[in-house]
Amino acid sequence: MAIELTLNGKALSLDVDPEMPLLWAIRDVAGLTGTKYGCGKALCGSCCIHLNGKVIRSCVLPVSAAAGASVTTIEGLAPDGDHPVQVAWRELNVAQCGYCQPGQIMSAVALLEQNPNPSDADIDAAMSGNICRCGTYTRIRQAIHKVAEDQS
Amino acid sequence: MSELRHISRREFLKRTGQAGGGLVLALSFTTACSPKAPIPTMKGSSAVAPNVYVNIRNDGKVEIYCHRSEMGQGIRTCLPQIIADEMEADWDQIELIQALGDKKYGDQNTDGSTSIRNQFDLLRNAGATAREMLIAAAAASWGVPASECTARNHAVHHEATGRSLPYGELVDAAADMEAPTEASFKARSDYKYIGKSMDTIDGFAFTTGQAIFGIDAVLPDMLFASIERCPVHGGKVVSIDDSKAREVTGVVDVIQLPDPTTPPLFNILGGVAVLATNTWAAEKARKALIVEWDPGANSAHESSAYREELLKSVTSDGKAVLTRGDVNAGFAAAANVHEAVYYAPYLAHAAMEPPAALARMTEDGGCEAWACTQNPQAAQDTVAGTLGIDKELVKVHVTLLGGGFGRKSKPDYVAEAAWLARESGRPVKVSWTREDDIRHGYLHSVSAQYFKAGVDAEGKATTLLQRSCFPSIGSTFNPLATGPGGFELDLGLLDNPYSFANMQLETADAKAHLRIGWLRSVCNVFHAFALCGFVDELAHIAGRDPKDHLLDLLGEPRLIDPADDGAEYSNYGHPLDKHPIDTGRIAAVVEKVADMAGWGRKLPDGRGLGIAVHRSFLSIVGVVAEVSVDKNGQPTVHNIWTVIDAGTTINPDRVTSQMEGAAIFGMSIALHGEITAKDGAVMQGNYDTYPVVRMSDAPEAIHVHIMESTAPPGGVGEPGVPPVAPAIVNAYFAATGKRIRELPLRKAGLA
Repeated sequence: MAIELTLNGKALSLDVDPEMPLLWAIRDVAGLTGTKYGCGKALCGSCCIHLNGKVIRSCVLPVSAAAGASVTTIEGLAPDGDHPVQVAWRELNVAQCGYCQPGQIMSAVALLEQNPNPSDADIDAAMSGNICRCGTYTRIRQAIHKVAEDQS
Repeated sequence: MSELRHISRREFLKRTGQAGGGLVLALSFTTACSPKAPIPTMKGSSAVAPNVYVNIRNDGKVEIYCHRSEMGQGIRTCLPQIIADEMEADWDQIELIQALGDKKYGDQNTDGSTSIRNQFDLLRNAGATAREMLIAAAAASWGVPASECTARNHAVHHEATGRSLPYGELVDAAADMEAPTEASFKARSDYKYIGKSMDTIDGFAFTTGQAIFGIDAVLPDMLFASIERCPVHGGKVVSIDDSKAREVTGVVDVIQLPDPTTPPLFNILGGVAVLATNTWAAEKARKALIVEWDPGANSAHESSAYREELLKSVTSDGKAVLTRGDVNAGFAAAANVHEAVYYAPYLAHAAMEPPAALARMTEDGGCEAWACTQNPQAAQDTVAGTLGIDKELVKVHVTLLGGGFGRKSKPDYVAEAAWLARESGRPVKVSWTREDDIRHGYLHSVSAQYFKAGVDAEGKATTLLQRSCFPSIGSTFNPLATGPGGFELDLGLLDNPYSFANMQLETADAKAHLRIGWLRSVCNVFHAFALCGFVDELAHIAGRDPKDHLLDLLGEPRLIDPADDGAEYSNYGHPLDKHPIDTGRIAAVVEKVADMAGWGRKLPDGRGLGIAVHRSFLSIVGVVAEVSVDKNGQPTVHNIWTVIDAGTTINPDRVTSQMEGAAIFGMSIALHGEITAKDGAVMQGNYDTYPVVRMSDAPEAIHVHIMESTAPPGGVGEPGVPPVAPAIVNAYFAATGKRIRELPLRKAGLA
């Protein structure tokens, strides 16, 4: 039986194995490749998306658990790609290879929605599930602080 | 889909009905057609190509072909900076196109920190010859001497008459011209883009999910493959029971791959592939495969026994590769002799994007692949060899790379996709899982380093013996390789810059049992860890401040040639007169980084500063680390200061970001990285068992300084890594008095 959900504001019907992780349903079936695979075990955060407004690891969530939910991926974060977090990321040239950055951005957006002015310790706690092998951590911290400052 | 296209911000806005906003570069990965030939086109043409890197269109756009792979080092920004600057092109009129693998571009192997250090002049020439061709075209159309014309701001000007012609309007006139093969370069003072921190060209794509990596490539009707490989390197399939796997919904086929070769080269590693209509079905069915393996000759490999083998080898007689003075006489005359052995484990690359490639067979009997490869020409060769077809029939499109670190210069995964595409008759994408990546990669070598120093009555070290032992990268290409050799010795062994009166450098044998490859900065990782640590030990023995001692040991400013001491040394492929081993420049880096870090300041108990300096890939990097150690021996890295002398640099912000990244990469090596084997199989599999630095481990700040220099450019991507781990262990010693000679520190610190 097809699984119905909302993906970036649009209704989507997925006729797939209900055990399929949401990550692969988004990437292979819905065809949105901005959400990345990195570990398959909720260890690295590359697959972070928002499920009903909360950040989750889509590599370990069965698609059946997203039935009826509203899913937002990096592609749907802002219609013009100009979410303040995306803008700050570009202004500070955070990305190196760029692969983990969709997951980093989705985690940062969720953090700032809960805590508009996070400390370094808050950032470390919220972002330590997102690995960046290029080592952009100090710029990610700066970019999150910049968003907080610009919005205060 | 026959092309991978990165959309520009403008296209993105148009598509989403939000038109407006600033101008950015189109990020085209369009490679459906091969780049324009380097021959001027016919009159009335829409474009002219002065060389293979540049194509000027009559709408004024300048297409620049990036023939190097982007993996985070910023080459897709830096390469057009150089070409556009020399050709006086307007940055906003540049369209960057990722080049196919093709020998016409020259070396495309994005490895060894070579893009700028080896190709700065080539890229400047590509821009300068394009500029001269446009000037000649304008001069001809005006009937004036070319010497009276200048190129500026995307147009050619004749100052005497106030006339000017924009580049787009010169395409027809230039089409009749022979492009010069050489042209003079701009004066450094006239640079507009070189030396400027231009924004990352792919920044918009990176932050909106539009960036296309190897794992993102898709074609209609394609299959997704997941491959079960023998846990032991070199092992082969004996039998397969795929009955359960074939029952999984979505599974289309199960195909055995060719057995691994000896030596492994870049060839397919063997195994059994499940092909399905999506990744999940392929991976689920793969778990249902029952494969019997013949593990072969490497099944006895076990890390703790192998460690003993290496320690025995490194403390036995070695083979001298450099001899200065007489070390035996030096030891006999010494007041004190100090010995130490350093040990560093195997490492995995663990780039965030595991290896991935998509391939399809073409109607002409060829093969077309899309891959996150550092080396598209090697991918062509390997696919051609695997399929038994001509290299000219293999087309390789280079996607963005989600990290490379040397792993993605070995195109075994591209050959897997090509083989499976041919066998299945459909386009196939191979994606490695994280476990595949960590268990079946080309590992950075485990190593043991032995040191013996002779110290005089004043505490000054006058004699050094270093013996380097590790299984060689050569083993990947030659089954007879018995230990360190060739270019590996250039990487932090033979280029020792210190002023020991007597010095002997040796190698010791070590047999390989896993696929050995190169990882960011290669042998410099363990050579610098050991040498910079041992030099710090000598400071302690002398009762000296480590920084002052380091400067004294470097000695008078001078140029070093390892050949003077009988070594065969290649200096990263460059002559020493152009890229010297200059102890004066090394000392200047030490002074600067110490100054930045406030070296010598009082720190609380349990906290210390450590310093290390290392030259690699023709650049010099000095690092100071500030480390505190808790009562369980666990370190926290609070700050890292990095100074790089890379000669001329192109984009200071990308150099800075490489130093920041190198600090984190080096921290992962120092604190966490360790691959071990049991019964021939790698024991680690994912980021839980192979941890890397996370945000919570990251320093409060990484402070970077780039030395002002007009020297020829050195490497940037790798040289930041080697001094990080020794700076951290030296800081650990400063904080605790405990000397760390074995990595990773998370284990050593507990003892």
